[in-house]
Parts: sequence; structure tokens; C-alpha cells
Amino acid sequence: MTRAPALPAAARAIVSGDRRALARVISAVENDDPASVPILRALYPRTGRVPVIGFTGPLGVGKSSLINALVAHLRARGETVGILAVDPSSPFSGGSVLGDRIRLERKADDPGVFFRSMASRGESGGVAATTREAARLLDAAGFDHVLIETVGSGQVDVAIQEIASTSVVVLVPHLGDEIQTLKAGMFEIADVFCVNKADLPGADVAKRDLADLVTLGMRRDGWAPAIVTTSTTDGTGIDELWSAIAAHEQYLVQSGVRERQERRRLTHEIVGLVRERVGIELTAELEEDPKLRRLIDQVVDRSMDPRTAATRLYEGRGSRRRPDR
Amino acid sequence: MPRAAKETPIRVLIAKPGLDGHDRGAKVVARALRDAGMEVIYAGLRQTPEEIVRAALEEDVDLIGLSILSGAHMALFPRILTLLKKEKAGNIPVFAGGIIPDEDARRLKKAGIRAIFGPGTSLEEIVTTARQLARGSA
Repeated sequence: MTRAPALPAAARAIVSGDRRALARVISAVENDDPASVPILRALYPRTGRVPVIGFTGPLGVGKSSLINALVAHLRARGETVGILAVDPSSPFSGGSVLGDRIRLERKADDPGVFFRSMASRGESGGVAATTREAARLLDAAGFDHVLIETVGSGQVDVAIQEIASTSVVVLVPHLGDEIQTLKAGMFEIADVFCVNKADLPGADVAKRDLADLVTLGMRRDGWAPAIVTTSTTDGTGIDELWSAIAAHEQYLVQSGVRERQERRRLTHEIVGLVRERVGIELTAELEEDPKLRRLIDQVVDRSMDPRTAATRLYEGRGSRRRPDR
Repeated sequence: MPRAAKETPIRVLIAKPGLDGHDRGAKVVARALRDAGMEVIYAGLRQTPEEIVRAALEEDVDLIGLSILSGAHMALFPRILTLLKKEKAGNIPVFAGGIIPDEDARRLKKAGIRAIFGPGTSLEEIVTTARQLARGSA
């Protein structure tokens, strides 16, 4: 291993299985601590190894309980699991109650499971801005599987599909008629549909509606989403759920979709990071622009519309910059 | 608001050790801390000291709050403090609430519980103390 560069101490600790170091670096990533940047950089070559399985779906469908059941299933096979569970931050106080942990049942000394709660911290797509990087840390730490639970607020929890290699959409019977399944958003991102609480009446109807949806149209990547019914109270369907996830992972590799998916996501990630920096710089610059204050007066007294003001400001910004070059 | 500009939220673990099913108080405190802008990891009922310490380390919390009404505080709290020290995490402040007689409270404080809140304590006092403990100014 002559070509491997020396890892920063914290990165070395994570790779060697130090869970406390892992927890601390996840915090650093969540807090945008600059100290996390060289650690993420050093660990990046060790990521992309393992499947990242995302679980999304409305509030109360049993995502946490399902993850708990899958953890037990995987631990029984001797495989290790890292879990990130995202819950919403209050738009008012910024605070949150992260309660997904209460469903987790494991031996307190089992090093094969790592569970971390994350607050969404202002993101609206069902995961936090830093969930992707936290998932990479779990990958680099050597877990066999990484599971992510989204906020679960409902129809637009779709950011997970930019992070997960397999997205599981969890539903329960009687969520609505088949028209709901035609709506844009959550139903479009499912690689696997899971009808949970199948011990309740109506599970067969929900499954049939989903089957109709799946046969209605071919997806662009050629995968026909699997539909599994589960119950975490008696363990029904947990094996089948994991088999369906594994089948999708296998499809990703064999079809070449995984490689295309990676390229597309990493492009989005890089562009997104640049856009974020440009946005921050531009906001700071515009807030100091005296022209903005003059334009605001006109917009407030209705002599100019906001879009025209924005165009003036945007174009004026270019001309002001030119003399500097 | 740019991500880099915001203040780091305080992360606090709220847990109920032992065999005690009364979690109203813990939930009220969790909600008050949430409304004060903290990220509250709610670990729920019937946690062993080992589970609580494990959760505190995985969640990398700044603070641990324990709620107990069963009377087993003299056995469970020192055990949690010992386990934290064993994990080199004795610096994480621990506060507690519940039915704890004054004499026990004195001994627990001596053992390292940083604050103990009995019935009737105002939420404002709990939030203020929690913030001071987490920021290392109490």
C-alpha cells in the first residue's frame, strides 16, 4: 500500500472502527465544521462500496419499526448496519425531537449496529443537507449496509433518491384510492413498494392498486418496482422485503444503471455545491448594493414590479464588476 | 440563510432509565428543549444504563437528561455516571428530574449529577440550566 496517502487521525479512527470518532465527525459534518473537509476528502476513496437503502413514506406508516426488523434480519445473518434517521427541525425554533431511536431494539454492546438521528435543519426534501456525507462516513467505517430513514412528511420526500441506491416507499392500507398513486412525487421514486401493517384489512387492495401503477408504464431505467407486504408485529414479509431490495441492487449492477446513476448524482452534487457558494457570495454582495435600496423604494410604491427590479440588479451587477478585471 | 452562518444547535439525550412507564414529564421537558432550539434525541422508556450511554455516544450529545419516578435513582444514576467515565465521556453533563428525596439529591449531586429538578420546577428554569450546562457555563 505505498500509494495510499496517510489518513488524518480522525479518518484513521473511523476506518479502524472507532464509533466515538465516527459520531464526532458526523457532528462536524452536520455543523459545517471546516475540520470535516479534509476527513471527508481522505475517506472519499473508501466510499461507494455498499448499497445505501432509503426508506421514505408518510408519517406513521412504520418506517422505524421496519428498519428495526431489517436490522434484526441482517444481524442474524452476521451483517453489520449503519442507520441514519432524519426527523424534521422546527421552522420556528430550529429545534427538533428526534424519536426514531425508540423503535430500535438491539443488544447494547452490539458493535455491528450504529444508529444516528439527524435533524433536517431547514431542508425540505426529507433529508438534511449533510445526510449524503454522513452516509459516506458510515460507508467508510465499513458497515455492510447503510439504511436511511427520511422525515416522512409525505408526498415530496424525494431527495432520498439522490442519495440511496435503492429507495423503498413504505405505505399502509387505506391511504387513498388509486388516483393517489398517479400523483407526482413519492410514487415515482420507488424501487420497492412496501405495504406495511399488512395485518390490517385492505392490504390486498393497496397491493393491487400499486401493481396497476407498476404495469401502467415502464420506467426509464427499465426496472419494474417490486411490491412487498410486511407486518412488523409478526415479522411477515421481512425476508421478502430484503430480497426485493437485494434484487434491485443486483439489477443496478448488471444493467449498468448504477454507473449512470452515480455519474448523474455526482454531477448534481458538484453543481449544487458550487451553486451554494455562488448563492452565498451573491446574497452578501447584493445586500450591500446601494442600487437594491433604490429599487426597493420603487417596488414598494408599485412603480416597478419585483421581476423588473431583479433584472436591473442582475444586469447592473455585471457592469459594476467589469472595471475590476 | 447560508448554512455556514447558523449557530450549532445543542444536542441533548432525554431518557428514562429502568422500569418506569411514566413518561409525561420527560415528554414535556423534551418539548420545552425543542422549543428552545435544541435537538432532542428522545430515547424513550425502560432504557438500561448501557443503552443510555451507547445512545449518548452515537448521537454525540452535549447533554444528557434523565427522568425517573420509580425510586431506583440511587442504583441507576451512579451506574450511568460510571459507564460514561469508563467510555472517557465523563465530561458530558447529566441532569435529572423526577421524584428524588432531598437527601438522595445531595448524594447524587456529589456523585456528579449536575442538576436535579423536582416537581413544580418551571420549564424556563430547566431550559436555562440545560443551556448553561451544555455550553459549559454552569
